[in-house]
Amino acid sequence: MVAVAETEPSSLRVQNVSKSFPAPDDPLTRRQALSNISLSIAPGELVSLIGPSGCGKSTLLRLIAGLDSPDSGELLVGSDPINEPSAERGLVFQDPNLFPWLPVRRNIEAGLVARRVLREKRNEVDEFMRLVGLEAFANSYPHHLSGGMSQRVALARALINDPKVLLLDEPLGALDAFTRMRLQDEVLRLWENRRTTMLLVTHDIDEAIYMSDRIMIMTQRPGRIDRDITNALARPRDRSSAEFLRLRAEILELLHFAGDATSLSA
Amino acid sequence: MRVVNKHPSTLPWPMQLAVPVASLITFGIHLLLSKQSPPLETHSYMLLFWEILGVSVVLAIAQGFWTALRQWMRHMWPIFAAAILLLGLWDVITLGFHLLPLPYFPGPAAVLRSLISDRALLLDSTWHSLVLLLSGYTLGVIVGLVSGVCIGWSTSVRYWGMPLLKVVGPIPATAWIPLAMVVSPSAIASAAGLIALAVWFPVTMLTASGISNTRASYLDVARTLGAGRAYLIFRVAVPAAVPNIFIGLFMGLGASFLTLVVAESIGVKSGLGWYVSWAQGWAEYGKVFAALIIMAAFFSTLMTLLFKIRDRLLVWQKGIIKW
Repeated sequence: MVAVAETEPSSLRVQNVSKSFPAPDDPLTRRQALSNISLSIAPGELVSLIGPSGCGKSTLLRLIAGLDSPDSGELLVGSDPINEPSAERGLVFQDPNLFPWLPVRRNIEAGLVARRVLREKRNEVDEFMRLVGLEAFANSYPHHLSGGMSQRVALARALINDPKVLLLDEPLGALDAFTRMRLQDEVLRLWENRRTTMLLVTHDIDEAIYMSDRIMIMTQRPGRIDRDITNALARPRDRSSAEFLRLRAEILELLHFAGDATSLSA
Repeated sequence: MRVVNKHPSTLPWPMQLAVPVASLITFGIHLLLSKQSPPLETHSYMLLFWEILGVSVVLAIAQGFWTALRQWMRHMWPIFAAAILLLGLWDVITLGFHLLPLPYFPGPAAVLRSLISDRALLLDSTWHSLVLLLSGYTLGVIVGLVSGVCIGWSTSVRYWGMPLLKVVGPIPATAWIPLAMVVSPSAIASAAGLIALAVWFPVTMLTASGISNTRASYLDVARTLGAGRAYLIFRVAVPAAVPNIFIGLFMGLGASFLTLVVAESIGVKSGLGWYVSWAQGWAEYGKVFAALIIMAAFFSTLMTLLFKIRDRLLVWQKGIIKW
């Protein structure tokens, strides 16, 4: 039933990476977005990255995706350096960014078409449609879908490429609370089936605790990893258990002191 | 206002009678006013109204059994009736009160007569116009799409191409006619070239802006899905630009009509534009109006066709934007 991953999940390493951008108001000065950031994720691990908005989380994901290149430092998937975007590092944004001109099924196929492997892997498309529960919408255009359904299509579209690493940039941030919790379970199910290495950027502490093996907390300007908390709660996790709430309180307290008392709110 | 039930099985009486009554009124007006007109004119005009009357009565009966026809009639009948009444008004203005000078403004019956008597030449002219228009338009669209995609996608092509486009593009294609007549071996070829030029500019402009305004996140997503350059251009940027491209195609079609008619009335010795100026030369204004009517039908058919193609291609937009 579930598509089996063909590629082994990979480790991901970020070593002393810095990135600056020209300041929007004054192009001569540059603003440091990331400063000497390092992190490492084991194969098959699901890690969350939380922090105040503007701390460079999305910049870091774009560097890992290969959409931007760092000023200094090194990024590695397994032992291969990252220098351009590739299908082995999938990226799902907060906005699903489905191609509005393609029906659902052809959106999911997009990666196979781009890599010119559609013919060999056509049967996988059906599998992924089933996996995210969208068989009935195969021929619908994206604007007929709800936010949750669109994000499922976006996940399927990224996963069909069988990436070694899946990068999630606040993928559930725009959804209502119920849809978000349901999709958290769905992402977890996909992860447990495929054991893809995942890096999840989120605003939502509960989401980070519920989903991830490890939670990294970033500080603002320039962005650095401030804390790295191992989350050893047994799965499946209970959002209202005492341990869950204790960890939540701990992180809230850390955040309050981390990063110049910046609040976590967007 | 009468309450209309939700699924009426028949049109209301006034709606059923609109077209027959309008044609009776219009023909009545004509009979009253056409005492001095040649009998042949009145005869073909009368035949036309017998036909309209007959068809509208048949349709009024048929709509009781045929829902699709009823829907269509509900939509179209008021407009048809109004158009027929306008013919009557035309008669009143020309034959009735002589408000417009003859022979420049003949009545509808005289125009119909010209339309019928000169139908072979009109058909031939329409055919020539169609061939010329389509060859020029197709050429302009192809070149425009290619240059638009190049300018929209590549910054270096944009750097060199955009100034040229901005300087040369706005010159009306018809302004090149004197040059085109000198340069080209045949009037037809130069007319096709001018039409192509007229189409090329808006198509290039709007294709380029559509391509360069492709949402960056679509391109980012495609790149993380493993897309190469060909995929990014032809499967992301071009589809994203299609709504814009169609605006260019519509503008180009309008420009091509204008250029076609001007080119035909100046250099080319065939087609509807030529026919109009030829008929005018013989002071046969009935024929001028006949050709104008054919042109209206011809051009609006082509416009409608392009709309249909757009609706087919942009079906994914239905519900996003208001058409």
